Amino acid sequence: MPQIDTPTQTIPDATVLFAGDSGDGMQLTGSQFTLAAAYAQNDLSTLPDFPAEIRAPAGTTYGVSAFQLHFGSVDVRTPGDDADLLVAMNPAAVEVHLDRVRRGGHVLINTDAFTERSFDLADLDADPREDGTLDDYDVIEVPLTTLTREALAEFDLDKAAKGRCKNMFALGLTLWRYARPVEPAIEWLSEKFADQPEIRKANVRALKKGLHYGETTEQFAARYEVEPASLDEGTYRAIRGAEALALGLITASRKSGLQLFYGSYPITPASDILHELSKHKNFDVATFQAEDEIAAAGSALGASFGGNLGVCATSGPGIALKTETIGLAVMTELPMVIVNMQRGGPSTGLPTKPEQGDLMQALYGRNGDAPLPVVAAASPGDCFRAAYDASRIATKYMTPVIVLADNYLSSGSEPWKIPDLDELPPFEVDFAEEPNHQNGEAAFLPYLRDDDGTRPWAKPGTLDLEHRVGGLEKEYGTGDVSYDPDNHQRMTRVRADKIDSVRQEIPPTEIYGADEGELLVVSWGSTRGAVRTAVDRARKDGLAVGSAHLRHLHPLPADLEGALDRFDRYLVPEMNDGQLVRVLRAEYLRDFQPLGKVQGQPFTANEIQGGIEETLASA
Amino acid sequence: MPDNSNSNDGTKKPDLPPGLQSSSGENGSEDDSGGDDTKKPAGPPGAKKPSGPPSSSSGESETQNAKKPAMPPGFSGDGGPGADDGTLSRSDFQSDQDVRWCPGCGDYAILSTVQRLLPDLGVPKENFVFISGIGCSGRFPYYMDTYGMHSIHGRPPAIATGLKTSRPELDVWIVTGDGDALSIGGNHLIHVLRRNVDMQMLLFNNEIYGLTKGQYSPTSEQGKVTKSTPHGSLDRPFNPAAVALGADGAFVARSMDRDTQHMKRMMRRAHEHEGASFLEIYQNCHIFNDGAFAEFTDKDTQPERALFLEDGEPMTFDEGKKGLRLDGLSLETIDLENGRWSEDDCAVHEESNREKAHLLARIFGGSELPRPFGVIYREERPCYEDLVTEQLEAVTEERGEGDLEALLHDADTWTIG
Repeated sequence: MPQIDTPTQTIPDATVLFAGDSGDGMQLTGSQFTLAAAYAQNDLSTLPDFPAEIRAPAGTTYGVSAFQLHFGSVDVRTPGDDADLLVAMNPAAVEVHLDRVRRGGHVLINTDAFTERSFDLADLDADPREDGTLDDYDVIEVPLTTLTREALAEFDLDKAAKGRCKNMFALGLTLWRYARPVEPAIEWLSEKFADQPEIRKANVRALKKGLHYGETTEQFAARYEVEPASLDEGTYRAIRGAEALALGLITASRKSGLQLFYGSYPITPASDILHELSKHKNFDVATFQAEDEIAAAGSALGASFGGNLGVCATSGPGIALKTETIGLAVMTELPMVIVNMQRGGPSTGLPTKPEQGDLMQALYGRNGDAPLPVVAAASPGDCFRAAYDASRIATKYMTPVIVLADNYLSSGSEPWKIPDLDELPPFEVDFAEEPNHQNGEAAFLPYLRDDDGTRPWAKPGTLDLEHRVGGLEKEYGTGDVSYDPDNHQRMTRVRADKIDSVRQEIPPTEIYGADEGELLVVSWGSTRGAVRTAVDRARKDGLAVGSAHLRHLHPLPADLEGALDRFDRYLVPEMNDGQLVRVLRAEYLRDFQPLGKVQGQPFTANEIQGGIEETLASA
Repeated sequence: MPDNSNSNDGTKKPDLPPGLQSSSGENGSEDDSGGDDTKKPAGPPGAKKPSGPPSSSSGESETQNAKKPAMPPGFSGDGGPGADDGTLSRSDFQSDQDVRWCPGCGDYAILSTVQRLLPDLGVPKENFVFISGIGCSGRFPYYMDTYGMHSIHGRPPAIATGLKTSRPELDVWIVTGDGDALSIGGNHLIHVLRRNVDMQMLLFNNEIYGLTKGQYSPTSEQGKVTKSTPHGSLDRPFNPAAVALGADGAFVARSMDRDTQHMKRMMRRAHEHEGASFLEIYQNCHIFNDGAFAEFTDKDTQPERALFLEDGEPMTFDEGKKGLRLDGLSLETIDLENGRWSEDDCAVHEESNREKAHLLARIFGGSELPRPFGVIYREERPCYEDLVTEQLEAVTEERGEGDLEALLHDADTWTIG
């Protein structure tokens, strides 16, 4: 076939959504497109969205797995409000995800999967191509399965195996459409199937055939070019939150000289951290897959007692089980890092969907007055610093620290500027080496405190510093068991004051957008991208709107109150039914307005923009 | 938490077979030093320091332990500070805390036995770590002048696993009870045993919840009348040794608080064993479950009801008058005095024979066979922490020590500016 010279337009950004059956390889297709966009130096943000079932029945709406990707030459902060192109491998994918496509956007469908049988499976009364469903969209019909099988005719593979390569055909075609490089995917396939040459060749062939199909078909009115983004100077890579978190922990271990001990029980979506860390044992990283969530936390605390960096990660239900151990870490004043990759709750909830529903649990979810520092990551790459800072605070203040991230950050990716290791805050740990008290004779008092209110960390194996810790209340200084009423009041206050002193670690709060004015959006965690985009739009509309995005949720930054003074109103968007908003109201006695979204999906910038406008309109 | 209650209400004594009601006899074991007479309290409440197990002021000899040379006087760890040459003594392991167990509690004997044993083990004092859970046994670390953690209910094996795996050179001991290990902590118990983390677990089994004032425990006999079961408990009890064997425990042993010599030998054996050592100690709670083990510990009944196992020796009891014989796949009692059977007919104990160990461990509950004490099973197999360390070293050797800069850049990168 002759090559068609499809005209190329340069656009600032684009959003592509791949959707199909769980078995169609959509996550893989999406992540390979991500690599290509990163390779082309675009800024980007991704949103994998997959069902909790591993292989839900084929063709059903609840079995649809999707991967949304927003890439651009401009600042990209969210996975995109509306998709420009939906690649739908079957009718169910159209049914589930069409509302994410902008009106007039493109829908590329695999016509081979549009059969009566598949309409039944997707619970559709009619072919969506014929019942008006797709009228407002530009539909591109491609028989992906047939074309893939034809391309692989000469391969010694069965029909099903050939059909499975259709995602590579779709990837090739999509890469062509956005003029993204195909090399990263070929390289990846070569590595992935190094031991299965026939499969490797078939996938590469399908990928290339997809590309050629784009070059020769007349179905596309245009192809698009997205130029490299003008990011800050530095060296970048694409990174997912789980990877960044693991790298942050390894970096903390290296900088501090502490062995990293990671206790974990498999749970979605935190398992990716375990997978990542377990690859890096030559960094003196011990990973322990425990018998349950409680043992995972217990082993981490045991390792911390031994003078190591004890870390565990889990998600909501797992945090519930770890609660008692975290309380023990508060009482014994031992360092520990607990990562919560939040997912929809309560209970088992929405295991593969993001939510910010565990803030209250992090802040208050223990028996007794048991404050601890809570740090939240704002983007996939930011998980690196969140993990690093949490580790540093845990050991400096001898306290458990909770890191809040969520499923969106864990599996989403973005370009990440690789940090200069020398520019990270220093991370030094001083272990107690000798008695710290004279009482006729030299003694070691495990609960004597320094100026920050922190007790010494004495490792078992250190001569003359034998001491006991435990869950019973401790006498101030000596650490002996004490039931004295005044001592308990004092120790409760001492523990709280110690955590309050973590405030000195918090950098000045950055106010994005207007520095003073009508409305301050106060947010935390993974909503940062959507909030900033919404603030930009509001300011373009002439509104004096700023944003304070909180990295530290306990203690809160000392300068936040001053920032609040400069604004008239406050809006608190959260992926929950109103948690930070209650904390802020209690802390600052002001009229913070909630904006909750609890749908297992991150906020779009549009939604937050709407909240801003509504709040100001109600003034 | 008022854990020192002397209230003696609520719990009926177990119905013992006729002739076993008395619990007032002398300790019938070979222990000539620490005979815990249950009639006497183990020490006044609030005693500043326990003087060891009740009436254990006399010197201790360890003539029983044939495998160890007798220690010279003063070296067996009884009283007195250590010699100037840095050797340790029992008092080096006594903390300055008041021991708050009830007078007469079997825990005193266990504490003092541990404090007497540790100086002999050749381990630097600072390397000992005791980790306990919740319950009366949970207070144990506070009374030891070693590193220790009084942790939370049932979780000591998890905490110990993290500690030992990351610090293999430490000498880790777990102190737990029947509720702590077998009820709330049952999951961690079986997993620490299957993994074979090198540590000693002392399970104080008193078949009752003491610290919560007398509810039945997972080892209480069925039908037990307690505060929580006024009409009798319905649960079938756990058999701790069988649970440990079933979890593939590599060292399973049983002893009793009333025989400090045997207990010390068993603790030493547990310590010598490289791996997870499970030592069940029958421990009398004389407030809520007095005499629970009297049939095995009292002088009058012990000969017929207890069998002390020795590796490679025929299984005999009742001063050699009776023995256990393998009848097919079952054990039966034989009379060695009626001329029909001799010691040669008795089953020979082999510590590393898993099948025999299972037969011995199953002697439980209402069995007429004598209850075995000693090392029921022992097997050499790799310790978990060594496997972890070896894997870290092997990966490091294969790939070289991790280069952090290289790791951060280990992806497709691009540079701007």
